[in-house]
Amino acid sequence: MPTPVFRLGAVVALAALAAAGCSSEAGLPGEPKSGTIAPAYGDTLIEASIGNVSSLIPNITSDASSREVGDFMYNGLVTLGRDLEILPELATSWTFSKDCLTLDFQLHQGVKWHDGAPFTADDVVFTWEATMHPKTPSAYKADFDAVERVEALGPHAVRVTYKRPHARALLSWAMTMLPRHLLDPYVKAGKIREAPQNWSAPVGTGPYRFKEMKSGEKIVVVANQDYFKGRPHISRIVYRIIPSQATIFLELKARGVDVASLTALQYKRQTEYPAFEKAYQKFRYPSSGYTYFGFNLKDPRFADRRVRLAFAHAINKQELLDGVVMGLGREATGPFRPGHWANNSAVKGIPYDPPRAATLLAEAGWRTRNADGLLVKDGKPFTFELMTNQGNDERRKIAEIIQASLRELGVGVEIRILEWAAFLKEHIKKRPVRYDAVILGWATAADPDQYVIWHSSQVGPDELNHISYINPEADALLEAGRTTCHQADRVTFYHRLHQVLADDQPVVFLYWRDALPAIASRIHGIEPGPAGIRWNFQGWFVPKHLHRYTAG
Amino acid sequence: MRGLWQAFAKNRLAVIGGLVVAALAVLAVLAPVLAPWDPHRPDVRKILEPPSARHLLGTDQLGRDVLSRMLYGARVSLAVGFVSVGIAAAIGIMLGSMAGYNGGFVDATVMRLVDLMLVFPRFFLLLAVLAFLSPSIWTIMVVIGLTGWMGVTRLVRAEFLSLKEREFVLWSQSVGATGFRVIWRHILPNAMAPVLVAMTLGIPAAILTESGLSFLGLGVQPPFATWGNILNEGKDTIEIAWWLSVYPGVAILVTVLSYNLMGEGIRDALDPRLRRGAGRFVARGR
Amino acid sequence: MLAYALRRLLLAMPLLLGITFVSFAVIHLAPGDPVELQTGDMSMQQSAQAYQELRKLYGLDQPLHVQYWNWLTRIVRLDFGRSFAPDGRPVLNKIAERLPITLMLNLVEMIIILVLAVPIGILSATRQYSLFDKVTTVFVFVGFATPDFWLALLLMILFGVQLDWLPVSGLRSLNWEYLSFWGRQWDFLSHLALPILVATFGGLAGFSRYMRQSMLEAIRQDYIQSARAKGLAERVVIGKHALRNAMLPIVTVLGLSLPGLIGGSVIVESIFAIPGMGQLMVQSVFQRDYPVIMGNLVIVSVLTLLANLAADLSYGLVDPRIRLAGRRGRR
Repeated sequence: MPTPVFRLGAVVALAALAAAGCSSEAGLPGEPKSGTIAPAYGDTLIEASIGNVSSLIPNITSDASSREVGDFMYNGLVTLGRDLEILPELATSWTFSKDCLTLDFQLHQGVKWHDGAPFTADDVVFTWEATMHPKTPSAYKADFDAVERVEALGPHAVRVTYKRPHARALLSWAMTMLPRHLLDPYVKAGKIREAPQNWSAPVGTGPYRFKEMKSGEKIVVVANQDYFKGRPHISRIVYRIIPSQATIFLELKARGVDVASLTALQYKRQTEYPAFEKAYQKFRYPSSGYTYFGFNLKDPRFADRRVRLAFAHAINKQELLDGVVMGLGREATGPFRPGHWANNSAVKGIPYDPPRAATLLAEAGWRTRNADGLLVKDGKPFTFELMTNQGNDERRKIAEIIQASLRELGVGVEIRILEWAAFLKEHIKKRPVRYDAVILGWATAADPDQYVIWHSSQVGPDELNHISYINPEADALLEAGRTTCHQADRVTFYHRLHQVLADDQPVVFLYWRDALPAIASRIHGIEPGPAGIRWNFQGWFVPKHLHRYTAG
Repeated sequence: MRGLWQAFAKNRLAVIGGLVVAALAVLAVLAPVLAPWDPHRPDVRKILEPPSARHLLGTDQLGRDVLSRMLYGARVSLAVGFVSVGIAAAIGIMLGSMAGYNGGFVDATVMRLVDLMLVFPRFFLLLAVLAFLSPSIWTIMVVIGLTGWMGVTRLVRAEFLSLKEREFVLWSQSVGATGFRVIWRHILPNAMAPVLVAMTLGIPAAILTESGLSFLGLGVQPPFATWGNILNEGKDTIEIAWWLSVYPGVAILVTVLSYNLMGEGIRDALDPRLRRGAGRFVARGR
Repeated sequence: MLAYALRRLLLAMPLLLGITFVSFAVIHLAPGDPVELQTGDMSMQQSAQAYQELRKLYGLDQPLHVQYWNWLTRIVRLDFGRSFAPDGRPVLNKIAERLPITLMLNLVEMIIILVLAVPIGILSATRQYSLFDKVTTVFVFVGFATPDFWLALLLMILFGVQLDWLPVSGLRSLNWEYLSFWGRQWDFLSHLALPILVATFGGLAGFSRYMRQSMLEAIRQDYIQSARAKGLAERVVIGKHALRNAMLPIVTVLGLSLPGLIGGSVIVESIFAIPGMGQLMVQSVFQRDYPVIMGNLVIVSVLTLLANLAADLSYGLVDPRIRLAGRRGRR
């Protein structure tokens, strides 16, 4: 039963936050919207994940499951709110210096690690040191590349000094904070993976604390009674590993899991019956990933902009959406998510126009057809190999639809599906790249900086501009966008970049998929928004009369 | 020959199996003629339609006619079965006869090679080769063949070991026939019987392996259809599109059943005509 | 016999070495790179520095034969090394936590198959071409022909969702810790019922047909005719004489399938969310987790070679013809 002390604690914390004058405002997590139902403590939430959790220190891993579990147990200095705005978490406020080179944080007081030790500015310094340590295998070092030093100005104040203005600076501090008192010796010895923190005893400051893990089976976390923002309502979360999408769906129906991501087909055709709608709530919002049809721009055929535009005209994007995700998505006009501030809504998509496509190809020299119906230039028919990775049904279907569309145009496409590790190593990361065209996707972050993808300096081996896109105007915009911390300027730069990329079509931008989670209807407090639904999971609750599991 | 046929015909089940196999082969060959729709062309307006007059077996997730895909898929599935088993048998016969006839060092080497291949996890071998070569109908056939010759090798070798000592071999050797001739004209024909049976039983195994590979995403490339990959695509929509699971599932079942019945019938028919020597290792793992 | 066994053991050593060397080479030469997958998996935060550091940590910056030598010298000390996965745990730990469940599943499956296949095989052989024979033939082949994942999903839908008699997936229920001892056993059983059913149904064919074939041949032997001519009861003829001879190859086959006990079916494990060896192997292959792959391979190879030797020896021991024939009859 929730004791009055906890409720009071939450109120006091809220008041303290308000009083501290944070330099941003938004709804605070923990405030359920449903007015008439009183939030209650208790019950268990069961989640399902296809991927295995590989580590309990999110800083040294990059797979989604580990990050999700990490979100339960750790905090960052800042976090994302519903509309993708930056909210304070372990920090109460922050200020940038005028030249954007210094960032000062004020930290919460009285925050404790799960083992009772106090969280201080020193831990922030340690987290940076640990991530950047040469022997720490972290994929996030690039995030802190521009940091010159991090120093504690007191037990609850941190100053970060940057070598150059870095637009992503603030957001990079959403990185999970690690405890110095437990990990210091391991990091110094270069053996962070061997720390018990990594596998058996993770200690964070987050709303849930680690209870147990059975490898490959499940991870159980329980509510942190001393959480600085107030105890989360749901007492226990069980994170189950189920490696088959078909099985997860069946478990959802058998009520063995409470939360699952639905595929488009499941959302539209398999969950429309009354019993399901009663037991589950479905949500739909644009996800942060888009799929694209990319070209090897060093191939002279694709270096010609008219060819790329012709392909864009030859593909019916609506048909693609209908066929692949049952219409549950929206056309992509550029690399920024619809609804995001960097997205330029004035940019129009390339319309479906096969005659125009044929004209463009003719202008590019592809005029005559041979006996097979393929376009010919200089005696050679227009055929190429389209590659994508195995294990992704959507990409496979996209490839098949594009193959059919381009065949009508007179272009022959051969599909090649490769196992991911081999694909990455042998075809994408090598220079010169070993592909003609690919179907791939990008997961965009909350910060729109995409320098590493489009800038001409990023074409080296292992770098991400594998299509070899070179455009000086785009370069300038990318550089400008990432080196200023003034929002209004960034908006201008990125809107212009959006237009440039749409005109140039270095890749054919296909679509943004919708995220389609289904959650048991007894869970209240969910508010979908551009950031998804997880941004306030700490505030989810189950009303007393609907509790299904007694908290252990 | 006549005796063989009579022995075979006594086994009702085997005859039924044989007829079904023949019928499937005919259907597969005639697929381009029989298929009412283009099996490769997506049509997003007709996604997952149940069986109807226009689409006898319904449509799949990209709106393609399932009947047409299954007819063309029969070609691929049966081809995979035949070619991979053919490759495995060819390698097996070659190695087995070398080992059985020559004995000694050659025999020991071949048997150690067999041991090596048996120990190596098949899935990893498949993955490695497919990663090198990238999956296509041909590479899958080759790979299944290359990983399945061990049983035939042992069979052939065992036959050789027992037949080597028999009179007609000794006689032809005394007359001066060379090793190769002895193998080819005298020993092999007698050893062929169990090999034939193993081949017949290997075809359904190859078909099932291909469907397992589809499950893992390593099967035949799109847009080509095989029964295995239609089944695999259908597994996510079992409840709303039962036709995607039932028809290819039944087809695989009937085919595998028929081959097995037929193969066993052949073996039973051949049995009294041959004295089986040492070694009856019809390795037939899943 | 002893000399034979010793010689085989000695011969097995270079074979084992050869197996490990070939495996090592194939695994490392296959395209793909574990470091690539961890530090640069097309995420926007990758860094070249992390890549180099990790390569050094894994020893991948050394030439292949040096890596092999390092690995070999550690293995003979029974040090299987640490996994490349971010959890960095010792390979033996990872295998040890998955092995029991796989072993148990396989053992139960094998026992059930034996218990069912032997009588089916015997009866089918003695009543060849009867209705019983035909029905069981079709039945076992249907089991063989049904793809695992298909059957699994159908059963899950029927028993797990619609009838709600059995859990859909996983190893235990959420409240497992709070159950009584018998409650726990029952819980385990209900979770494993469907996977075992699927595995057994598919595996029945191989063994029962083999048993049938073996029995058929045993019955046709001359000494059976003479036993009958002697006037012995049919039951004794079959049960005592034919059966004993028919069982010989079964023993061999059983022995040869022992190493397979530690391998799991990745399809069944994925569908039923069972954390077994099959999934471990497949995941490590996809992630290029070389230490785990090699560790597993070594264990399987050793077991296989030992089982081969044991099967050969037992066959020689049990079958007097082989024993007395000396070297000539050896496999």
